[in-house]
Amino acid sequence: MNFKRLGTIGAIAIAGSIVLSSCAANEAPAEPTASLSGTLVGAGSSAQGSAQEAWIAAFQTANPDVNITYDPTGSGAGRETFIGGGSDFAGSDSALKQEEIDGGFAACVPGTGYIQVPDYISPIAVIFNVDGVDKLNLDAATLAKIFKGDITSWDDPAIAALNAGTTFPSAAITAVHRSDDSGTTKNFADYLFQNAPDVWTEKPADPFPYATGEAAQGTSGVVGAVTNGTNTIGYADASKAGALGTAAIKVGDTFVNYTAEAAAAVVADSPAGATAGATDLSISINRTTTDPTHYPLVLVSYLIACNEYVKADVAPLVAAYLGYVTSADGQAEAAASAGAAPMSAALSDKIAAIISAIK
Amino acid sequence: MTTVTPSPRAKLRPADRIFSGATVIAGSIILAALAAVAIFLLAQSVPALVVDPAELKGSPSSFWEYVAPLAFGTVWSAFLALLMALPISLGIALFISHYAPRRVAQTLGYIIDLLAAVPSVVFGLWGIKILAPAIVPLYTWLVDNAGWFPLFSPPVSGTGRTILTVAIVLAVMIIPIITAICREVFLQTPVLHEEAALALGATRWEMIQMAVLPFGRPGIISAAMLGLGRALGETMVVAMVLSPAVLITFVLTGSQNSPTIAGNIALNFPEAYGVNVNALIATGLILFIITLIINSVARFVINRRKAFSGAN
Repeated sequence: MNFKRLGTIGAIAIAGSIVLSSCAANEAPAEPTASLSGTLVGAGSSAQGSAQEAWIAAFQTANPDVNITYDPTGSGAGRETFIGGGSDFAGSDSALKQEEIDGGFAACVPGTGYIQVPDYISPIAVIFNVDGVDKLNLDAATLAKIFKGDITSWDDPAIAALNAGTTFPSAAITAVHRSDDSGTTKNFADYLFQNAPDVWTEKPADPFPYATGEAAQGTSGVVGAVTNGTNTIGYADASKAGALGTAAIKVGDTFVNYTAEAAAAVVADSPAGATAGATDLSISINRTTTDPTHYPLVLVSYLIACNEYVKADVAPLVAAYLGYVTSADGQAEAAASAGAAPMSAALSDKIAAIISAIK
Repeated sequence: MTTVTPSPRAKLRPADRIFSGATVIAGSIILAALAAVAIFLLAQSVPALVVDPAELKGSPSSFWEYVAPLAFGTVWSAFLALLMALPISLGIALFISHYAPRRVAQTLGYIIDLLAAVPSVVFGLWGIKILAPAIVPLYTWLVDNAGWFPLFSPPVSGTGRTILTVAIVLAVMIIPIITAICREVFLQTPVLHEEAALALGATRWEMIQMAVLPFGRPGIISAAMLGLGRALGETMVVAMVLSPAVLITFVLTGSQNSPTIAGNIALNFPEAYGVNVNALIATGLILFIITLIINSVARFVINRRKAFSGAN
């Protein structure tokens, strides 16, 4: 734990120094807004953690009198903190539940509602390390069977049928999943649950549902286990896949490799979520899309804030910071520093209109 | 003239009072700290013990079903580590105290102490980057050739991140602790006993059997218990190296291993909220109780054996 904390502090320091040094020569990444000052507190999704660090560093460079903290405590804890009034905004990998909305938000003026907008889109890559195989096609049912432990060998006919021309070793599959609770697991499971419901029968949740395969801590742990092991397969944020092979997943009748554009495209074309409204842009990701320009294995993380703040002095800060995060500049920053997929311009404009109304 | 009868008690000087007061304070601080930890664990655990178990992670049928694999994994990994570390530590300690030339003994003792100063996260990195990949061929061989033996039943882990790997790393971590204490105890063996044994015609090994080991037995047990305590509570190594799953298994070479309490807390605390935080703290209480029981048993064994140890 200490190691993780130290790593975080180190990352902030490095990110901070890089941003500081680069800004001396280049133009400031965020629009310097006249005389913003004060403190802004956020908490929530650890998936957004590294993107938030980059955003905060860039925003504070442009607005030196503003102090922003983001505590990556996890999505559930982040929503709870915001609902209780302990933070000014929250980051969350899953949209607010109806009962959370009904309970009200301590930081918001009662009756003025809340804001929920996507700010971080991250494709999840299926990574593999198999002797003599550098290209892998999988469909949802086969992927689900591999991770559930129904398919145990690489030369299984189900895998061979999807990969004509590739010879697989007759070796056991080591499927690596996350040992800690994670939004990545939940989104991966949601994809399998929606596309192969007869194989993947457990409802998607943060912990991995089956007692099969290997478990490793964090994204780096999964990537490390897949890299160091042999005949391994795992799932991780696409930005962390490194030199490992990534499997193409079947969308409609074609196999699609992950790209930032394909991830952003599926988010842009997905229907609105159950709680969606004028200031709630939550979406229910179209996991069963058949459009080959889509990559449905993505994680979407949200920003949650107030329309009208009880503490009036934080409102301009929230509007400025959230505005920057969801702007083209902010999205580019997240793409560069955390490997996120920038959201489409149309979605970004829609969010800008909502955020500019914060008071 | 009256004679002043001197008081039978020695006069207490201020320094005496201050010093005895200081030792009393030091003694009570440790009790207070332990009580504070126990109260914290108890108070924070209650919500998890009374809540509907379906709300806990994995929806177990009771809290005990939730904690059983964790408790088992903790004891199993620590036991394996002790099993490997104790003979090696005794060997090193005897070598340093009775076999090695003085200069070698000093250097070796210094190196062993240095091993104790390596942070556990470094051991964890070593375990995950070096040991686990390197040991896979051995595990594969064991499973292929001894798969009929329940401890090595297939399938084999493809990454080597098994409970045996964890136990090996833990053993390396507790060797310096056990060695250091055993070495000090063996050096305390009365020279008269040793010389008497030698004078009766015993070889050096027989002398160690007759004089050193019986004398050092309580010390060996204490050292083993300290090492076991370290292994039971080790967090970072387990969180980094082990591939956990929620089940109870004795298999040493598989992908699914029983998790440990400390490792499980480390993995799940950052994202836990609500009653699951209490559940994690409640598992901490269980670990506290396990450690307490093991230490009490050790204390009992030491007291029972004291009469025969030659220490009196």
